Amino acid sequence: MRYFELFSIPVNYDVDLQEIGARYLELQRAAHPDRHSGGSEREKLLAVQKTAEINDALQTLKHPLKRAEYMLAELGLELRGEQQTLQDPMFLMQQMELREELEEVKTSSDPDAAIAKLEQHIKELNSEYSNELQSLLASQEENDWHKAADNVRKLKFVYKLKDELERIEDELFDD
Amino acid sequence: MAYSDKVIDHVENPRNVGSLDKNDPSVATGMVGAPACGDVMKLQIKVSEQGVIEDAKFKTYGCGSAIASSSLVTEWVKGKTLDEAAEIKNTDISAELELPPVKIHCSILAEDAIQAAIKDYKSKHDK
Repeated sequence: MRYFELFSIPVNYDVDLQEIGARYLELQRAAHPDRHSGGSEREKLLAVQKTAEINDALQTLKHPLKRAEYMLAELGLELRGEQQTLQDPMFLMQQMELREELEEVKTSSDPDAAIAKLEQHIKELNSEYSNELQSLLASQEENDWHKAADNVRKLKFVYKLKDELERIEDELFDD
Repeated sequence: MAYSDKVIDHVENPRNVGSLDKNDPSVATGMVGAPACGDVMKLQIKVSEQGVIEDAKFKTYGCGSAIASSSLVTEWVKGKTLDEAAEIKNTDISAELELPPVKIHCSILAEDAIQAAIKDYKSKHDK
C-alpha cells in the first residue's frame, strides 16, 4: 500500500498520528520544490508531483474513514463514490430516529443536554463500527474485507450525523 | 449547484411527508440509505386487498434531490398496482426532476426505497 510505504509506517488501520505528522514534515522538507530550484525543469516538476502525493497521503492516512476506504480500495473493494444503497432496516431505523432527535435539538428546552446525549450515542456507534476494523482489514480472508466494507458504509452515516450535529451546534450558539 | 424548478417545487412543497401506521398489516415500509452521502429514506405504502397502492408517505433526511425524488415517487405510486410500481426506474425519476449526474444516486435511492417497500409487503403477505 503505497501511502503507508511512502510514510514508512506499517500497513495497519491503527496508526500513530504523531508519527504520521513527524514523517510528513521530514518528507515535505526533502521534497520541497525550492530545494530543487537549481535543478532541471523535469526535476522541478517531479518535486511538485512528489509534494502533491505526500499531501494526498497525509489527508488519507490521518482521517480514519479515508484511511479505511483507501485500504479497502487497495484490497479491491472501491467504496468511494459507489452508488449502491444500504438496506439494513434495523440500522437505518436507528439512523432515522437519531436524525429525528437531531432535528428536535433546535427546539429542545435543554439543547446542551440533548447535544450531549447525541454526542455520546454517536461516540458509541463510532466505536462499535470502528473497533473491528483493525483486525478485519489485517485479515487475509476476503470475507473479512467485505465485513470491513459494511462497517465503513455504516460509519459514513455516523460521520454524517456527527457533521450535522456540529452544524446545528454552530447555528445554535452563533447567535 | 442549481436545482431544477421541479426539485425546488418538491422541496418547498413536499407531497406526502409523514408516516403510516406500521402496525397496520396493509402498510409496508422500505428503508434505504446512501453511504456515499449519508442520506436516509423511509417510504411507506398502504396497499388494498386488490394489490393497489392507496396511500404513500415518506420521510427523507438528505439533500434537496433526495427529498424531491422520494416526494415524486409517493405521487407516482398512488393508484398503481404493486407490479406497476415495481417498474418505476431511477432514470424516470432523474429525467422528470432533471437531476445532474452527481445527483443520480438520489434517484437510485428512491427506486430502491419503493422496491424495498414492495418486498416488505410481499414478505408480510406471502405465507
